[in-house]
Amino acid sequence: MEIPYTYKARPDTGLYNAKVGIWLFLASEIMLFGALFSAYILLRVSAPLGFWPDVALAWPRGLLNIPIGTFNTAVLITSSVTVVLAWAALKMNNFARFRVYMVITVLCAFAFLGIKSFEYNDKFSHYVIRLQDGKALTGHIEVDGKHPRFWNFSDQWSVAKLADQKVTKIKVEVDPERDMNGHVKAHGSHDHEVREVAVSDIVSLGSYTPATHPFFAVYFLITALHGLHVLGGALVLGYFAFPGAKMWKSNPEQFINRIEVGGLFWHFVDLVWIFLFPVVYLL
Amino acid sequence: MQSTASHAHTSATDSSHGHAHHEPGFFSKYIFSTDHKVIGIQYGVSSLLFLLFGFFLMLVMRFQLAYPGRAVPLVGPLLETVLGEDMAKGGIVGGDLYNSFGAMHGTIMVFLAIVPVLFGAFGNYVTPLQIGAPDMAFPRLNMASFHCYFLGGVVMFASFFTPGGAARSGWTSYSPLASVTDLANRFDGQTYWLMGMVLLITSSLLGSVNFIATIIQLRCRGMSWMRMPFFVWAQFVTGFLLLLAFPPLEAAGLMQLMDNLFGSSFFLPQGLVVSGSPLPVSGGGSPLLWQHLFWFLGHPEVYVLILPAIGIVAEVISNNIRKPLWGYKSMVYAAMSIGFLSFIVWAHHMYLTGMGTKVATFFQTTTMMISIPSVIILTALFISLWGGSIRFNSASLFALSFLPMFGIGGLTGLPLGFNASDIFLHDSYYVIGHFHYVVAPGTMFAVFAGIYYWFPKITGRHMNELLGKLHWAGSLFFMNCVFAPMFIQGFKGMSRRMSDGGTTYFGQGVDPGVLKLNNMILWSAIGLGICQIPFIINFFSSIFAGKRVTSDNPWQATTLEWATPTPPPHGNFLQEPVAYRGPYEYSVPGAKTDFTPQGDKN
Repeated sequence: MEIPYTYKARPDTGLYNAKVGIWLFLASEIMLFGALFSAYILLRVSAPLGFWPDVALAWPRGLLNIPIGTFNTAVLITSSVTVVLAWAALKMNNFARFRVYMVITVLCAFAFLGIKSFEYNDKFSHYVIRLQDGKALTGHIEVDGKHPRFWNFSDQWSVAKLADQKVTKIKVEVDPERDMNGHVKAHGSHDHEVREVAVSDIVSLGSYTPATHPFFAVYFLITALHGLHVLGGALVLGYFAFPGAKMWKSNPEQFINRIEVGGLFWHFVDLVWIFLFPVVYLL
Repeated sequence: MQSTASHAHTSATDSSHGHAHHEPGFFSKYIFSTDHKVIGIQYGVSSLLFLLFGFFLMLVMRFQLAYPGRAVPLVGPLLETVLGEDMAKGGIVGGDLYNSFGAMHGTIMVFLAIVPVLFGAFGNYVTPLQIGAPDMAFPRLNMASFHCYFLGGVVMFASFFTPGGAARSGWTSYSPLASVTDLANRFDGQTYWLMGMVLLITSSLLGSVNFIATIIQLRCRGMSWMRMPFFVWAQFVTGFLLLLAFPPLEAAGLMQLMDNLFGSSFFLPQGLVVSGSPLPVSGGGSPLLWQHLFWFLGHPEVYVLILPAIGIVAEVISNNIRKPLWGYKSMVYAAMSIGFLSFIVWAHHMYLTGMGTKVATFFQTTTMMISIPSVIILTALFISLWGGSIRFNSASLFALSFLPMFGIGGLTGLPLGFNASDIFLHDSYYVIGHFHYVVAPGTMFAVFAGIYYWFPKITGRHMNELLGKLHWAGSLFFMNCVFAPMFIQGFKGMSRRMSDGGTTYFGQGVDPGVLKLNNMILWSAIGLGICQIPFIINFFSSIFAGKRVTSDNPWQATTLEWATPTPPPHGNFLQEPVAYRGPYEYSVPGAKTDFTPQGDKN
């Protein structure tokens, strides 16, 4: 006996096997991202009140680049539209148009990832520096003309290692001042001021990476996991557009089903971002 | 009563049907098979091996508890050579090794033995047969699921040999303990544990998607929802539990992995001091977050451990009392209620974490509610026995003794569900006794019942009844001798975390009789081990020399798996199966025989 309903719908459920499978898979994905969002909420509500970076463990606001995030949202939504158009093109028996829309979808996916890695890279070389006088600075740093990434000196003892490397001063391109909502003050007097800081004045120094604050930990974990989903989805959709498209000749019905299932996953990935963007960037 | 002509014995070999069938090679037949029956057997063999391994870990621990500081006989020198002097100097189990064995005993038994044997082995082999399906809905996914499971097992096993040894923060891996046990090695046993868990979670995700889709889509003609055997219902609900409860632990695992590898502070609060020096982390995380996410899996997981077991018991009991299950529908609805409620009881594991009395009250209420459907199922099974003509074979003996054993396990859970009494009993041996009554004489007895019951279908041979009954009598006796004393120890306040079995407090007002019970438990556990020898002998000798079955339906059962050839060939059924009636039509008045198979038209 052969396995039934691999591409034909079962009459009483109205579904083919893979469609049941993908919906179940998405249900478990919702639980996965749901747990991460719950973690975000719990960490945020249990953070002490006050303004970061003055209060070390207060929840930072306004650190993420909203225009770039908005643009990326638009890119993903576009790809969600084109993946439906690709499926509709197949339904209308127009393979050439299907391929065009699928290619646009995959290109959008890689555009999204490219923009995201630009954002990541900016964070890795962005620092919070705590000084002996109790003040805290944030901004990009320059050491001997280089912009180091991933440095994390959590106490004065490890900062002293900088002195071992004959570094006595670092340049800090100080971020503009922000109000309590994280918005840049309209007429900030310190726009892109570059300040020299003596290593001996520094208590601790850390780049915007998971070790520096739970905010970065949860931000990087959720967005990286989402990014992996985008990558995985793009590879599968790309496979359907080119090598996997052979099936269009041998079994068009099953091929359309595959596009539908891939599209459902793609919409889910999009939907995660639709939640992620306001929660992490805007709120 | 002999079987009717329509159930005459057919074997897979004389059913080599029309299309050209080339014999697959060893690897594609046994390692990379996509046949649900082979995958079921793969799961069965590996999980039983892990079960034995987990049992040996426990024996070593029990020896340490009964005779702290003494070299373990027989295996002591082996431990010293394999794990190194730091771990077991002179064959004596140190505190670290004890903790390691404790954590790995729990992990191996729950994630690598019991769940795979119930869901992976029995579920895979029996579910498609019982619903009349040719295979699972996604056979290749099924294979991938087993391979992930096996790899996860290898990673867990390998963690014993990492510097610093395997994970030793309990099977619950509570943070911050789990993140600070081995600060010298970033790639310590805990990291291996987390990577192993990610593989196991992936495996169960693939498995559960496959099971649910199979049960929804591949039921044969006439197999309506209420004609499904209770075992299939149990697997269906279990599938949803695994599907929805495991991902939060995966999320938590990723977070703990980041805490361990990248120095983040998801679960590490501010101001942690380890061995006198402040931990160089940012802090700001929440240890409670880990516990919430862990127990969000952990509690549904308990029902994953028991629901399929109840399913097996229901099948075996109904067949061996020659009566329909009493209250089949209420059992189905009860199983569904358990499935739903099990998602909102998790924090009853956390009454002592200071999460607040209002929250505790909520979880206390839901915990009491979930005991209702469990009691409905157990009562229905007990009432089923009334007026039955019971056959006492090995399978039914195990299934029948499951009922009181699970009853003890369930009822002793109630005092743990009330937060007032839990404050006293928490973290004592009482908890160990309660949990093991559910899983060891409970679930394990169901597993044995299932093995004795389905063995003839899988191999075409019967297991030896005398050895089976010896196995049953010894196991029942010694199981109770192992776990009942733990209740006494718990009531006396003995902590479950001490690697010396409480000797530290000897002579400080501790009742010495409580410590003596450790010896009784050790020797009973050894007795329990000895009682498994007849089973192991029986299992292997019966594969090759057991009495051959004379019919495809040796137990005169009604469900569809007995309508297949023995053993079932690839594709299972010779002609399309059709279900004409409910699953338990035993002793129907007016019928020719005392059983009417689901596939019989009249």
